[in-house]
Amino acid sequence: MTPLPKWVENGLMPVLNLTLAFLVAGLVVLMIGEDPLEAVGHILYGAFGYGEGIGYTLFYTTNFIFTGLAVAVAFHASQFNIGGEGQAYIGGLGAGLAVLALDRILPWWAILPIATLGAAAFGMVWGAVPGWLQAKRGAHVVITTIMFNFLAASLMGYLIVNYLKVPGNASVQSRTFEEGARLPHLEEAMALFGYDIGGAPLNITFLMALVACLLVWLLIWRTKLGYEIRVFGANPGAAAYAGINGVRITVIVMAISGALAGMMALNPVMGEQNRIFLDIAGGAGFVGIAVAMMGRGHPAGILMAALLFGVLYQGGAELAFEMPSITRDMVVLIQGLAILFAGAMEQLFRPLMVRIFAPARGVEA
Amino acid sequence: MFIDILNILDSTLRISAPLLLASLAGLYAERSGVFDIGLEGKMLAAAFAAATVAGMTGMVWLGLLAAIGASVALALIHGFACITQRGNQIVSGVAINFVAAGITALLWQQQVQQSGRPPALSGGAKFQDIELPLAETLAEVPVIGPIWAGLISGHRLLVYVAFIAAPLTWWVLWRTRFGMRLRAVGENPAAVDTAGISVTLMRYQAMICCGLLCGLSGAYLSTAQGAEFTLNMSAGKGFIALAALIFAKWRPIQAMLACLLFGFLDAMSNRLQGFDWFGLGEVPSQAITALPFVLTVVLLAGFIGRAVAPKAGGVAYVKER
Repeated sequence: MTPLPKWVENGLMPVLNLTLAFLVAGLVVLMIGEDPLEAVGHILYGAFGYGEGIGYTLFYTTNFIFTGLAVAVAFHASQFNIGGEGQAYIGGLGAGLAVLALDRILPWWAILPIATLGAAAFGMVWGAVPGWLQAKRGAHVVITTIMFNFLAASLMGYLIVNYLKVPGNASVQSRTFEEGARLPHLEEAMALFGYDIGGAPLNITFLMALVACLLVWLLIWRTKLGYEIRVFGANPGAAAYAGINGVRITVIVMAISGALAGMMALNPVMGEQNRIFLDIAGGAGFVGIAVAMMGRGHPAGILMAALLFGVLYQGGAELAFEMPSITRDMVVLIQGLAILFAGAMEQLFRPLMVRIFAPARGVEA
Repeated sequence: MFIDILNILDSTLRISAPLLLASLAGLYAERSGVFDIGLEGKMLAAAFAAATVAGMTGMVWLGLLAAIGASVALALIHGFACITQRGNQIVSGVAINFVAAGITALLWQQQVQQSGRPPALSGGAKFQDIELPLAETLAEVPVIGPIWAGLISGHRLLVYVAFIAAPLTWWVLWRTRFGMRLRAVGENPAAVDTAGISVTLMRYQAMICCGLLCGLSGAYLSTAQGAEFTLNMSAGKGFIALAALIFAKWRPIQAMLACLLFGFLDAMSNRLQGFDWFGLGEVPSQAITALPFVLTVVLLAGFIGRAVAPKAGGVAYVKER
């Protein structure tokens, strides 16, 4: 492959791919018979136009940061974790059980560390088992994580219906947490910046997500383990020759990935719904794949990509309200197109770029 | 009791048919070295295309054609990403699933808003039950009669197509030159290339076969089993088909048996609700729903047999200089 300037490789090409994804999405909007530019206007207004919109945008962003980091960490060891959805769902069980056990004794700030551990530990198990099956038994991690998503859905359905549901109550969910155990919303912090987020459930897990970005960056690029992960991901054979234990790396990386995905559940469980409910992850685990692809596995990129999807999720709700013929499924389509163009076809523009930016070397090669 | 068993087996056939078609679709793709976790998306797109076109024209055959068209188009996009662009096959499959889920939901809801919920397909816009010859005459004969008339006869055309497609796939892949080459491309593409056969062309052909079968599978959902498109109507069937394919170790007849097994579990789970297992309490329906996935994981982990994927699967072919 002809080398390209770094800013073309990591900046221009992803932007071009993403633009293509949006163009195709725009064509679909035209097909439905609406004006794509007007649609973009509604999305931007919904996401940034007023305080509550911003609150919701950052609320969704929080979810996608966690799941995006989860996919990215595994990807650095060239493990494809599509199980973020299931890991987050099970993580929600860990977080929820911790709160259900403690919410009548302790305040939220004392429960949060325990709930975080619970969410991370439960998600970790749901990620590490496929990791172990891959490393030790050769079961392809992609297939096992897909299977584990379905297993998580079955297991959670069973547990909620049979054990967690409030008897006599028709809704399939656990009891609501006590007032004191709910995570405070960031109303006051946002008010400092002059934004009134109103009823938006933006909460402290947003700050935890930012810290997680930093920690993942430190892990991958500033520790020995991170170095081993990257070596193993780039060339397992060379890694083995250098004395890196591939089994250990695979299990650890899937455990970390599962833990990150699991922690995502803190946001909806403790910050929004305040109970254990069906479909906690709500598709965020899958959005993480798109986020990690677009962010090229780097926390800074993931942060921007997560924000983009946060905008699409919140703006999509506004769009569905203003243009009823365009439902929120538009986001699912854009997500698919983003994964297609920024992930599977990421080299689409390479020949063109080579002709523009490295013509001399292009001829040599 | 006999009638109960027949009824369960009857619904087993109905449930297995779309799984089998999708599973065979995956078989062609993966045997040629292209992993395809986008079966689900192709089924969904096909189901939507079939119901829409059949509803507009009143002709189920046009619906079927549209389903195949939609599904083959997605298969070729997957092919372009994986074969020509040498992109990651898993990533591309994930993308196909989302694109299909998003676009069908958008277009369906737009339809509903503009002209109301479309009426259920009927008459020529839907596949009808097929009475096999002698079903009437034999119906009274004990044992054979109910089996022939009640179990074998009286299904939609696509059910028979599915169960013929399995042995046919075996024949194509193991007894024809095309099939030999297709499998060779999935095991050792370099050798096939050396023999002067285009790896790229073989893989694209495999993707077209895959799209065609997924199209049939999706059309079955909306114009044979059901009589309309509903949101996300593939509901994980594409993934169960993928599980069956792995469970069958990428072989067609075994894939048929695996799909029958998974279909049987599904048929049973509806009937076992509230059934008390000899005083041991009832098995939760979720456990039976989850069983195909558990079995597949256990098999993949090598605890029962060994599932070895086609050797060149998941890797784009780069011609040597």
